[in-house]
Amino acid sequence: MPAVENTVLICAGGACISAGEKSVKGVFEETLRKYSLENVVRVVETGCMGACDLGPILVIYPEGVFYQKITPENASRIVEEHILKGRVVEDLLYVGDMGDLRERPQEELPFFTEQVRIATRNLGVIDPLSIDEYIARDGYFALHKVLFEIGTDDVIEILKKSELKGRGGAGFPTWMKWDFTKKAEGETKYVICNADEGDPGAFMDRAVLEGDPHSIVEAMTIAARVIGAQKGFVYVRAEYPLAIERLTHAMKMAREYGFLGENILGTDFSFDLEIRIGAGAFVCGEETALINSIEGKRGIPRVKPPFPANRGLWQKPTLLSNVETYANIPPIITNGGEWFSKFGVEGSRGTKVFALAGNVKNTGLVEVPMGITLRKLIFEIGGGVPGGKKLKAIQTGGPSGGCIPLELIDTPITYDNMKKLGTIIGSGGMIVMDEDSCMVDVAKYFLEFTVEESCGQCTPCRDGTRRMLEILERITSGEGTMEDLHLLKDLGENIMATSLCGLGQTAPQPVISTMRYFWDEYEAHVKEGRCFAKKCKSLTRVVISKEKCVGCTACSRVCPVEAISGSVRTPHEIDPEICTRCGSCLAVCRFGAISKVSP
Amino acid sequence: MSVEDVRVTVTRIYEDISGQSLEEGDILINTLHAIQDHYGNFIPIEAAEVLKELTGTPLSKIYEVLTFYTMFSTHKRGKYVVRVCKSLPCHVTGGQAVIDALKNILEIGFGETTEDGLFTLEETSCLGLCGVSPVMMINDEAYGNLTPERVSEIIHEIVSRERSE
Amino acid sequence: MAKIKSLEELMKIKENAMKGLKMRDSGKRGKVIVAMGTCGIAAGAKDTLRAIVDLLEEKGIDDVSVVQSGCFGLCDVEPTIEVHLEGSDPIIYGHVTPAQAKRVVEQHIVGGKVVGDLIVKRGEL
Repeated sequence: MPAVENTVLICAGGACISAGEKSVKGVFEETLRKYSLENVVRVVETGCMGACDLGPILVIYPEGVFYQKITPENASRIVEEHILKGRVVEDLLYVGDMGDLRERPQEELPFFTEQVRIATRNLGVIDPLSIDEYIARDGYFALHKVLFEIGTDDVIEILKKSELKGRGGAGFPTWMKWDFTKKAEGETKYVICNADEGDPGAFMDRAVLEGDPHSIVEAMTIAARVIGAQKGFVYVRAEYPLAIERLTHAMKMAREYGFLGENILGTDFSFDLEIRIGAGAFVCGEETALINSIEGKRGIPRVKPPFPANRGLWQKPTLLSNVETYANIPPIITNGGEWFSKFGVEGSRGTKVFALAGNVKNTGLVEVPMGITLRKLIFEIGGGVPGGKKLKAIQTGGPSGGCIPLELIDTPITYDNMKKLGTIIGSGGMIVMDEDSCMVDVAKYFLEFTVEESCGQCTPCRDGTRRMLEILERITSGEGTMEDLHLLKDLGENIMATSLCGLGQTAPQPVISTMRYFWDEYEAHVKEGRCFAKKCKSLTRVVISKEKCVGCTACSRVCPVEAISGSVRTPHEIDPEICTRCGSCLAVCRFGAISKVSP
Repeated sequence: MSVEDVRVTVTRIYEDISGQSLEEGDILINTLHAIQDHYGNFIPIEAAEVLKELTGTPLSKIYEVLTFYTMFSTHKRGKYVVRVCKSLPCHVTGGQAVIDALKNILEIGFGETTEDGLFTLEETSCLGLCGVSPVMMINDEAYGNLTPERVSEIIHEIVSRERSE
Repeated sequence: MAKIKSLEELMKIKENAMKGLKMRDSGKRGKVIVAMGTCGIAAGAKDTLRAIVDLLEEKGIDDVSVVQSGCFGLCDVEPTIEVHLEGSDPIIYGHVTPAQAKRVVEQHIVGGKVVGDLIVKRGEL
């Protein structure tokens, strides 16, 4: 979304509505669209402003100009004069005393009221560069508790009661991981934080590292105390320079305060952290590949078992968890395991941070108790799909997950339910897609990603995903056959069964899942050469209606490839051979004469 | 840039980094990052030879690492590396138009560098800024809520800043 | 800074920092918090921050401090700022471009009247 230049408030109090506010708003927005201004002018309906006899009322910011008694006719005049030309429409100005107008009453948005912020408790609240502010929010008290008040077995017990599971994707019980590493033989042990957040659509780990880096430092120090580690690493992807900067600063401050380094809090326990920076390889999010990368090698996964808990970094017992999992640890220790498990539902306890992205109004991060329905998450908290479009599907779990169609959005989000639907919660990315998305194109998009990011070690993933992509390319270009569809499914199932690591074992998921729910779309691509969403370029044409075109030449002027011909005041034509279906002409046509068609 | 220059520089960087690290044997990737920063967005291939001598790591292992990670480049890149997100959240919110605009304005494709040596265009997977998609990064600076117009403004701003310097 | 060794020392830091967070006895009339996560910065938060600092300086306002935080999660309305004046609820504003920042400074910080159309949330997070 581009920068908003004007905000227009339309009073939607009862009186203004009855005076015709809805039709005023309709005409206003329509006129904005006519001049392609809908993205730079934000129209907001407000509560009653208190000047009901003068309604409908409309205010334009940043100038703060008030207009009164607006009719649909002069709504379009205000757009044309005030917004477009910057001239105040004198005869419509509000003449009363400005002091009579009330502030817009603020109802609490569900975005805020529905959240339970545990992992994200400090985001936006504290200065990430201030260790004191972290302490003010009970920071490092959990570490003190672990060092002075409770034993290491008690910590494991608390985690067991909390039922916290790994938030990075696999959902393995956290207490078991800690317990295995604690019991593993060996003097030297390591603690690692996986901050190589790579799933498209997930960004909670970045937000935590940037907004609350001390929570990770504290949690890792606690973990080290419990399992008996002397040294820890935070593996951060290079794409997150600000996270690296803030974390580096947090570590420095923690050392100064005695929370890291020699003799932590005056005890005989010593532990220190180092940052390792990735270099752009998605596969390094896989735990054993990440370990190889820290060791200074190519980031390729190892065969499991042995698991890192027994033989991880430099073949030593290693505890490896992701950022969000660690961020939950200090409050759980402070408040107890039962406190955390009281949120959520059977089998999926506590809260989870979801990242809302794509075609959803309130893009961003939300932390909610598990077991919430997708509908509530997308429509209430997320504010629904913008632009009056219809929701088509939600992609969860990134390239390891699948799509959930509109019909199933009343499903409560739990580990088990997602599995039944053929997807995973994964790291919590939710990519919302409206009716303009083609599901075959989406599947192809994820396969492109996997082909690019496959490390190349095992054949099913390296070659198999490439073959799948080739088939998908055939389908989206109209050259696919029904046999291709079956081959695609077979191949996918084989790759999932035979790949070495999690990346390959889940890579076909986006294809398998879209085939499950959107088989008709796949079939239409193959049998009719038709793309429902008119997204696949080879199956779509852009055409000009002879009846509607007035020959204004606006389209031919913006066409980047000069595919449009026609002289002034005569209907224009598009040469499908040259046209790239970029849609530039569609955006500029004021007469609705241009449209995309797929047979 | 002579082979001798590279030797001196890489040796200095390596010594610097191995002094900071508390652990041995894992500093190759950190050193490569530092070398790339020093040379401005690329690693001269001669550096591998120098690192072999300094670390005792076989040359094949160094090449392996150097070529595996997408952020390392052995080709000289522009002063500004433009990395535009090609992941789904950006795709469904108008990413393709942004990519097309970048290619048009810079008159280059992915993996190419402009003639004046200012810009290299690269595609990247998710940058974790999906809330303000579509997005790109230019070196370490992130830009969000992009439109073709905004892209043009940003690029022209950099160009005019460069010209005035 | 001497290293912390006891719960008492930790409590003391907490109490002092709480005053800063709640703004009691801080000697300031209030503070403006600019969300500076990468998403905020990508949406223009650096320009917003600069504009606010410049405006406060220009108007000779030195009893309102400008600090930064991470992002609170609603990327859609970035850049966001929080204005917290002593004795009143903190207000979070969204879509704060430098031009809108000017309105916030003039109307809210100087004039004491909240800028209704930019409000995202009233009260603490």
